[in-house]
Amino acid sequence: MDRRTFLNNLIQLSAATTAAGAVVAGFAEENKDKPLTLRPPGALPEDEFIKTCIRCGLCVEACKNRDNKMIVNGKEIDTLFLAAPGDKAPIGTPFFIARTGPCFMCDDIPCMYACPTGALTPKECQNDKGEVAIDYAKMGVAAIDPSSCIAFWGLQCTACYRACPELDKAITIEWKQNKRTGKHAYRIPVLHEEYCTGCGMCEMACVTEKPAIKIFPREVFLGKAGDRYVKGWDVKDQQRVKKASTKTTTKTPWSKKNPIQNLNQGVNWNE
Amino acid sequence: MNKIFKNRYLILRRLSQFTILFLYFAANYWGWKILIGNLSFSKLFNTIPLTDPYAFLQMLFAGAIISSNLIIGLVVILLFYGIIGGRAYCSWVCPVNLITDLAAWVRRKTHHEKDNLLSAMKIKKFRYAFLVIMLIFSAVIGAAAYEFINPIGFFTRGVAFTLGFTWVWLLVIFIFDAFVLKNGWCGHICPVGATYALIGAKNLIRVYHTKDNCTNCGNCFAICPENQVLSPVITKKDDFIHGIECTNCGRCIEVCNDNALKFSLRNFIKGEKNEKNSSN
Ligand code: SF4
Ligand code: SF4
Ligand code: SF4
Ligand code: SF4
Ligand code: SF4
Repeated sequence: MDRRTFLNNLIQLSAATTAAGAVVAGFAEENKDKPLTLRPPGALPEDEFIKTCIRCGLCVEACKNRDNKMIVNGKEIDTLFLAAPGDKAPIGTPFFIARTGPCFMCDDIPCMYACPTGALTPKECQNDKGEVAIDYAKMGVAAIDPSSCIAFWGLQCTACYRACPELDKAITIEWKQNKRTGKHAYRIPVLHEEYCTGCGMCEMACVTEKPAIKIFPREVFLGKAGDRYVKGWDVKDQQRVKKASTKTTTKTPWSKKNPIQNLNQGVNWNE
Repeated sequence: MNKIFKNRYLILRRLSQFTILFLYFAANYWGWKILIGNLSFSKLFNTIPLTDPYAFLQMLFAGAIISSNLIIGLVVILLFYGIIGGRAYCSWVCPVNLITDLAAWVRRKTHHEKDNLLSAMKIKKFRYAFLVIMLIFSAVIGAAAYEFINPIGFFTRGVAFTLGFTWVWLLVIFIFDAFVLKNGWCGHICPVGATYALIGAKNLIRVYHTKDNCTNCGNCFAICPENQVLSPVITKKDDFIHGIECTNCGRCIEVCNDNALKFSLRNFIKGEKNEKNSSN
């Protein structure tokens, strides 16, 4: 092969691989961006998770063969799945669908401890003191749609409240007078994100046709008040002021003018 | 009986491939702890980790923090294929080989072995370039890029976990191999196979050719999925098939009616001597 054909072949080869590689990478980039995916307990933040998970399915296997099997109407409920092409999660990675297969919050967290790569890790399933327990999982957070939640209509429900493994912590019931009838009470479910693990039991239990309570990944649903706003009545929250990073750049200078000259500038009062 | 003997390696390979798939399935569905996971990572007897070296490389490029489990699993695989197996993964383990062998069989039966829509020669080295470019793109997108289309992962996950639209991908590979390019997927594209070819470059078990027995019938060339590895040796010299792309499938040994091929242990010093002798 002379130098020229060699160079030619080399150029063709590089062009072909770059083209093919770009197609695959484009598909991968598109596929990995599925922000509504719910991950098993102890999962790293999504961008780290997608790097670290080798898609082995050991977590799924551990979940499938867990001790606390849940059987509803004679059918065993599977929680974790590995995404196949066509599923609503990045291909090959573990996920669950809360409505049909919520996480049953096994005390021994078999899925997390089965993970060989650290994509699921006790570090993401612990409280401030470093104690690891399933109650500290942050798989997602539940959110209620008040327009379809029948408790907000004044009907008796509390299905989600009673299904919640973090009973009376993640969901509490608030009593309110029903002014429409004058003699009944609303029993409204109220969510407390700090206790919610995102297990999805409430979503599964919800009685409406399409669940009025749904689980979202925390980074999708939760907002952030930022450093400008502090709970002045909360000693702990006040500490945030010290670490505040937001710089105030717009400052209204102190006006030196007399209000009479200033505020009514250019106004001619009718006599 | 003779027929079984004529296909002994083929039967063993299929047995090995199906057993592996079956064990993955059994692990998930019945909780057997023999072989859990799939071909990107598995645990043997619930203790020995096994890591797919190419998935490992991609994770490394993507910037993942690598766990000790993965490293141990990688070492086990490197030792096994590097010393013993060579590229045997492709013909004894990988389930995609079932599809591409089927496609090759269809090709032989329909006598269109030479009809390729693509020219095979130009893209012979494509897989190695593709291997590298997928690593670069893994770094760019921050995730193991090839794993999103890896049919090996699709196949094993499809068997052990959920199938979904996996079959579409596998059908595409079949059609590509049967009608577009001969041995197209495994012989030209698959970067996993390319990785195993590199890992197994210096392994011990190799096919040995005895020149004096060879009648130059061409059976081995017709069946070999990587027959460029045969050309430097067959009818030319007594030597091992050194080509790194040989998958140790043993098909050439089976189709050779003249006892000119056999599995043997490669000894490097002797191998080099042979080469010198034949060039003299
Ligand atoms: S904790 Fe949830 S996801 Fe994990 S094994 Fe139990 S049910 Fe499955
Ligand atoms: S066990 Fe870990 S690495 Fe394997 S699929 Fe589950 S999360 Fe991914
Ligand atoms: S997801 Fe629902 S059931 Fe689970 S902890 Fe949160 S509120 Fe309770
Ligand atoms: S080349 Fe790839 S797909 Fe083909 S047998 Fe080898 S690993 Fe499997
Ligand atoms: S099949 Fe055997 S006899 Fe025929 S060419 Fe190959 S090595 Fe020679």
